[in-house]
Amino acid sequence: MKTPPLPRDLERYADQARPPRETPGHAPVIGRRHGRIDGPAQVTGAAIYADDLCLPRMLHGKILRSPHAHARIVSIDVEAALALPGVEAVITGQDLMTPYGIIPWTEDEHVMAVERALFVGDAVAAVAALDEATAEAACGLIEVEWEVLPHVLDPEEALREGAPVLHPHPKRKGNLTKEIELSFGDPGAGDEAATVVEGDYFFHGTTHAAIEPHCAIGEVGADGLLTVHSATQVPHYLHRALARVLELPPNRIRVVQPAVGGGFGGKSEPFDLEFCVALLSLRTGRPVKILYTREEVFLAHRGRHPTAVHAKLAVDDEGRLQGYEADLLLDGGAYASFGLITTYYSGQLTALPYRLPAYRYRSRRAYTNKPACGPKRGHGAVQPRFALEVSLDKAAHALGIDPIELRRRNFIGENTRTVNELRVGSLGLLTCLDEVERRSEWKARRGRLPFGHGLGVACSAYISGTNYPVYPNEMPLSAVQVAADRSGRVRIFSGASEIGQGSDTMLAAVCAQELGVELTDVRVVSADTDLTPVDLGAYSSRITLMAGHAALHGTRQLAAKVRQAVAEAWEIEKKNVALAGRLALDITDPSRSLPIAEAFALAEARFGTLGATGYYHTPKDVHGDYRGGAIGATPAFSATAHVVEVIVDPETGVIGVEKVWCAHDCGRALNPLLVEGQIEGSCYMGLGEALMEHHEVGPGGRLLAPDLLDYRIPTSVDTPPIEAIVVEAPDAHGPYGAKEAGEGPLHSVIPALANAVFDAIGVRIDTLPLTPEKVLAALDARLEATTDEGGAA
Amino acid sequence: MTLPDPAPALLRLLVNGETRVLPCAPNETLLEVLRYRLALTGTKQGCDKGDCGACTVLIDGQPALACLTLATLCEGKNIWTVEGLADGPELHPVQAAFVRHGAAQCGFCTPGMLMSSVHFAESYTGSEAPEHGEIAHALSGNLCRCTGYTKILDAVAEATLEVAARRGAPGAGEEGGS
Ligand code: FES
Ligand code: FES
Repeated sequence: MKTPPLPRDLERYADQARPPRETPGHAPVIGRRHGRIDGPAQVTGAAIYADDLCLPRMLHGKILRSPHAHARIVSIDVEAALALPGVEAVITGQDLMTPYGIIPWTEDEHVMAVERALFVGDAVAAVAALDEATAEAACGLIEVEWEVLPHVLDPEEALREGAPVLHPHPKRKGNLTKEIELSFGDPGAGDEAATVVEGDYFFHGTTHAAIEPHCAIGEVGADGLLTVHSATQVPHYLHRALARVLELPPNRIRVVQPAVGGGFGGKSEPFDLEFCVALLSLRTGRPVKILYTREEVFLAHRGRHPTAVHAKLAVDDEGRLQGYEADLLLDGGAYASFGLITTYYSGQLTALPYRLPAYRYRSRRAYTNKPACGPKRGHGAVQPRFALEVSLDKAAHALGIDPIELRRRNFIGENTRTVNELRVGSLGLLTCLDEVERRSEWKARRGRLPFGHGLGVACSAYISGTNYPVYPNEMPLSAVQVAADRSGRVRIFSGASEIGQGSDTMLAAVCAQELGVELTDVRVVSADTDLTPVDLGAYSSRITLMAGHAALHGTRQLAAKVRQAVAEAWEIEKKNVALAGRLALDITDPSRSLPIAEAFALAEARFGTLGATGYYHTPKDVHGDYRGGAIGATPAFSATAHVVEVIVDPETGVIGVEKVWCAHDCGRALNPLLVEGQIEGSCYMGLGEALMEHHEVGPGGRLLAPDLLDYRIPTSVDTPPIEAIVVEAPDAHGPYGAKEAGEGPLHSVIPALANAVFDAIGVRIDTLPLTPEKVLAALDARLEATTDEGGAA
Repeated sequence: MTLPDPAPALLRLLVNGETRVLPCAPNETLLEVLRYRLALTGTKQGCDKGDCGACTVLIDGQPALACLTLATLCEGKNIWTVEGLADGPELHPVQAAFVRHGAAQCGFCTPGMLMSSVHFAESYTGSEAPEHGEIAHALSGNLCRCTGYTKILDAVAEATLEVAARRGAPGAGEEGGS
């Protein structure tokens, strides 16, 4: 296939992609290792999270939830609850009838069940009372008469004729949320291949388990305006959904995001509690807070879709990929959530980072009577990555080619297009592979370690934000306002959500870099829909690239004004004025400088109030123009390579991870310290998914592990040393060349671990998580097979 | 009768070095008393059932889970929370190391993590920098979902030496955190 020429929008960003200016005598802020700007607040307990807010006259809310996986509400009687002293209001599904959903084409949720509850934990009613205990007691007094209906928990069964249908819809086939079939390249290309690896893989359900539970507070001001404070990662979409469901004009609503104690995708769509606190505060005229219990967090969920993958990989003698086919079935749970996108992502994002001449996938998502699945770190792409990377390892083994070498040979290259027509810019995969190979001493050790001891490799690539907003529109995807004044202080107003990834610190660094001030001179005002311009939120690893671009755009205009004012005062050319280290400098005459506050004062005198706006739009033409071609399209792809070292105990089946090496190409590390943190956190989360975590639903649709003891996330003693290696392949589309680092480093750690287990004990386990039971069963099966052979011989 | 609690009795606590006398119901946890009665919201609630460690405080110098501790059982006891770690404007060496190393991402586990870390650093008797494994063991009751613990262990390893040096310095050696 011919590679189409690169689009011309590169020019538009090339300017912004250049590295930070080196001003003589002053190190750039960008690229510097520094702590977070909110670090001191975090370590002193001063940072305020949603549940730390306490407003005058505040009430506490509780939500009553369905005990049945699928049941019709025959009647609800709230009289006794309302009569309980201390109860101020009770609401049910009848009070909020407008359906919603994060994707405009699949609005299938109600705040509380209107007619039927669809999973154990579906909201049914909500109470506001003077304190939590009273609200809880009141929930116990609400009488619901249920007609229990048959339920379905397995996606395969859910798609069968005659299964109970969760969302009857004239245009939908039973419980099928979405089905996609796409084929690229010559479908017969793999037929002649020397080696065909075919297998079935299963990726279990996992969940975010952020340490902060969801919390929201509704408040109606003296002016009648509704404010919702929420631990959300998408204030803008919450704002939209509140307006729609509460039937209020958007300009009567304000969403404020306080500090958020972790998201990972688990706070990236509107949840029942946010609508409930809003309506309860409108009803009572008093602020209302709802804090999820830990169990409710597991029910609200929206974690990784359990996914079954049937995969077929064709490779020639040289180890060159001929074709890849995947058939995926996603277990969606009770609602669509982001599922439409997930279904596409599970196919679209697999094509990278390899050159695939032919690629075909079918992806289906089914509704089941379980907590709904949605986006979790690495959204949709983590499950199919496991199948592909294990298939590659099997092929390498069959052909006797080193698995790292096999991946090198198939690297797609930079500035090209994938077989499904996604545009690829920079992609530092080869450097990533070199790094993990060298540091793990792969060449000297792989294949030479004793039984039980092994090394495994895997790679991946991921998006830096998607090109398209959740709802189609032509407005910017991110925008900022920047202001400076004679005090030497700079303020940046941005809708971007700080959820622990460091986005406020990134914004401050861009301001400091461009305006020549220190990080402490920058105040970041973020994620308050009344105070900040729109940003679409913290998801799909978009903030550094998109809000970073917007910040650059705004600050450079402001800096130009300051430089011009100084240049006029000094009667020199504007290009000879630099701003750095809290000074305006004459770069032709090192003896001449001016404190930055005075430079700002000159500019204030020359231009009036010092402000600028900046925004970001993604480039067009980065995807194929087939239906669904836009999904997976991104301004810039990151690349990752992992080597994992394990020791497997054949007696107990326990897999001990000795070490993880992760090399990640983030384009340019705006702050290497925080980038490493993202890499380490991603690896840690992937290891948990590979070895121990399981969001498992038992008989009757009940969660088997709705707490942090039984849903086992790795503790400090379970987590091996992780070596985070920052690789920089600057991208023309990233601010200063930067790409994402928050999600990409999760993908390949899981297959790398599975491949290491094979290297250690010679058996494959294609069903996650890799528990000791499975290891022992696989070893037993192999033993039986060899004794049988031995007996026959 | 609006509140379901029986009439609260008075409780006397020593919190971050200050005597506090406040009403307290028999079923209130120390976490509730700290967060809601004393507005010391630095101590976090991640699970309210003893699984996450976000609510870790020091009670008479020992790390304890505030969500599993009945407040009335703390009568007269010495409670230390994250708000009490810094000495005026000066951060405790463990706090400063957390900022330097990027050991807090979302920061939600951080207060509890710091209390366990400070206890480790201040009771450490070795003469060499502690091994990561040893620190990991001391922090294994504090879950962090963001960092992968790597930077936390780096921070604690470095700060432990500083704390030891400070302990050895003349005039130092008073109980920093307990
Ligand atoms: S809140 Fe106490 S251990 Fe989780
Ligand atoms: S920093 Fe977020 S949970 Fe530890």
